[in-house]
Amino acid sequence: MDNLAYYIQQLLAGVSVGGQYALIAIGYTMVYGILRLINFAHGDIFMAAGFFMVYTSASMPLYVSIPLTLLLTVILGVAVERIAYKPLRQAPRMSIMISAIGVSYLLQNFATYYTGGLPRSYPTIPFISETIKIGSVSTSWITLLTPVLTLILIIALVFLIKYTKVGMAMRAVSRDFETAQLMGIKINNVISMTFVIGSFLAAVGSILFFTRYPTVTPIIGAMPGLKAFVAAGFGGIGSIPGAVIGAFIIGICENIIKSLGYTTFSDAFTFVLLIVVLIFRPSGLFGEKQTEKV
Amino acid sequence: MNPKVKWSIAAVLILLLLGGLYMLEQILPANSIIFTVLQKGAIYSLIAVSLNLLNGFTGLFSLGQAGFMLIGAYTYAVLTIPPESRAAVYQYYDGGIIDFALPVPVAMILAGVAAGICAFLIGLPVLRMKGDYLAIATLGFAEIIRAIVQYDKLGPITNGSNLLRSFPVFHSTLFPFIVSGICIAVICLLINSSYGRAFKAIRDDEIAAEAMGINLFMHKEMALVTSAFFAGIGGALLAMFQMMVQARAFTSAMTYEILLIVVIGGIGSVTGSVIASFLFIASSEWWLRFLDEAQFIGGMQVPFLRPGFRMVVFSVIIMFVVLFYRKGIMGTKEFSIEGIYRFFTKGRSKAGKGAK
Repeated sequence: MDNLAYYIQQLLAGVSVGGQYALIAIGYTMVYGILRLINFAHGDIFMAAGFFMVYTSASMPLYVSIPLTLLLTVILGVAVERIAYKPLRQAPRMSIMISAIGVSYLLQNFATYYTGGLPRSYPTIPFISETIKIGSVSTSWITLLTPVLTLILIIALVFLIKYTKVGMAMRAVSRDFETAQLMGIKINNVISMTFVIGSFLAAVGSILFFTRYPTVTPIIGAMPGLKAFVAAGFGGIGSIPGAVIGAFIIGICENIIKSLGYTTFSDAFTFVLLIVVLIFRPSGLFGEKQTEKV
Repeated sequence: MNPKVKWSIAAVLILLLLGGLYMLEQILPANSIIFTVLQKGAIYSLIAVSLNLLNGFTGLFSLGQAGFMLIGAYTYAVLTIPPESRAAVYQYYDGGIIDFALPVPVAMILAGVAAGICAFLIGLPVLRMKGDYLAIATLGFAEIIRAIVQYDKLGPITNGSNLLRSFPVFHSTLFPFIVSGICIAVICLLINSSYGRAFKAIRDDEIAAEAMGINLFMHKEMALVTSAFFAGIGGALLAMFQMMVQARAFTSAMTYEILLIVVIGGIGSVTGSVIASFLFIASSEWWLRFLDEAQFIGGMQVPFLRPGFRMVVFSVIIMFVVLFYRKGIMGTKEFSIEGIYRFFTKGRSKAGKGAK
């Protein structure tokens, strides 16, 4: 019976981690859908959100610092797009990808400089980090809250994309960049909006993530970023449901492997899963088929 | 230009370079920063050129270079640690299970071969993917390799997540220069052969290349294995340079760094990669070093200068290059004796015309 409780606990933790990955993965997949760019800097936006929270909460109460963190992260995300990606809109895709890597490098180095390279402890948010007991399963509120919050945000996002004008513009741009431009859609606004949404979700993901792993370091963004990116690739990069399902699968599998005692392999397993999926479905689970014209 | 003249000029230049390095070693103290820059620059040149062979010449966007370097570095280290030091290195694994040490050149070639074999196996599934998925999958394999090497059960061979040390290292800057030079020369020969032309055809238009009878899969596999072979040797050199090796260091950040070097040098230019490696290493390790220490101008402390500022400035410079010099230092051009000769003769003939 104890065993069962343990496994349920692990499963819940997996779902929760999956939710956090899903929030980050949406940022990757939406940007990819519109710009065909793997935004390597996204993991570092997530890291930056962690630091914003650390520094704002030091001098402000939580109900100010949380919205402020979300706002600052969104500003950072849009600024990165404006400065590093917009000038390269007509350039080959390789250049813009390199620019993303450059931004990631810059953000990490800047964070190392600003913080002195020391890990900072994340503020505890009351209530959501408390533990609760359901039957013999003990877990924290955050574990239960994460998947719920994730789902609410995703449903809101799907509504936004399906039923609003901006959403329609986004779909048009992701289908055909140039035609959308000719039809009078303001491409730059749509792209900025994509980055607003992506960074906002990454900031929410970061708050949830750091409540469980409460130290922020300048390179912390690398692993969750990579995992979320894999989740996006796994589900078919460019597809939102694909990214979400991919993220949940990865989160759950990772926790199962950890609970079986193979912690060294929990990261590697993610990639094994990815490669197996890519071998059988070369454009991910839900990805568009890539056809090539001569 | 007469090829004989060209080759003799090249030979003289190489001898001058090696002679100059030798002189430098006699004059300067051995712990001078210049040697660090030169050694690391030479090693990174080889690795950057090997990545350029894939990304620049074959058009395969691969992000697995750190994984291949890791295999090379570990193969070299594991095979060359002298038996008498093994007990100390493998202190948690009863001295490991290998009790021999191979000579350095053999181990270095084996380092390349091991990376090459691994690349061949990875290539079987991965090379059928297109574009970005190839990048994701190679990145994934690099991470898997890193995890496997750190696996506890492999500890008697790889020493788990502990570092490997006490293997033979080089003491002269000439060594990495000669090894990298030979390897880069071989890569250049490959690029200029009919295989190299096939690689470029695949890069420019895969479908057209296939229609012309180029076996896509075979040539891609060949480019990947060659690139991994030399990345493996580069990894072995890097292990020697650092005097120790630990799997934890070979992250995707390392691949990104090399990719940045390739881009700064110019995608598709061997000499560009070499120049960019030296510039990259020199500015990150040496020229910007003063930014990390507090400086005083006339009794006033210059603001912002403290440890870490060097890397911030460095990454800003990189962003400038990426945004405003998109083609990199060399573009797709090569720096060659013939080019310089032509540059001067053209200038002279123009001047001659003007005089007429």
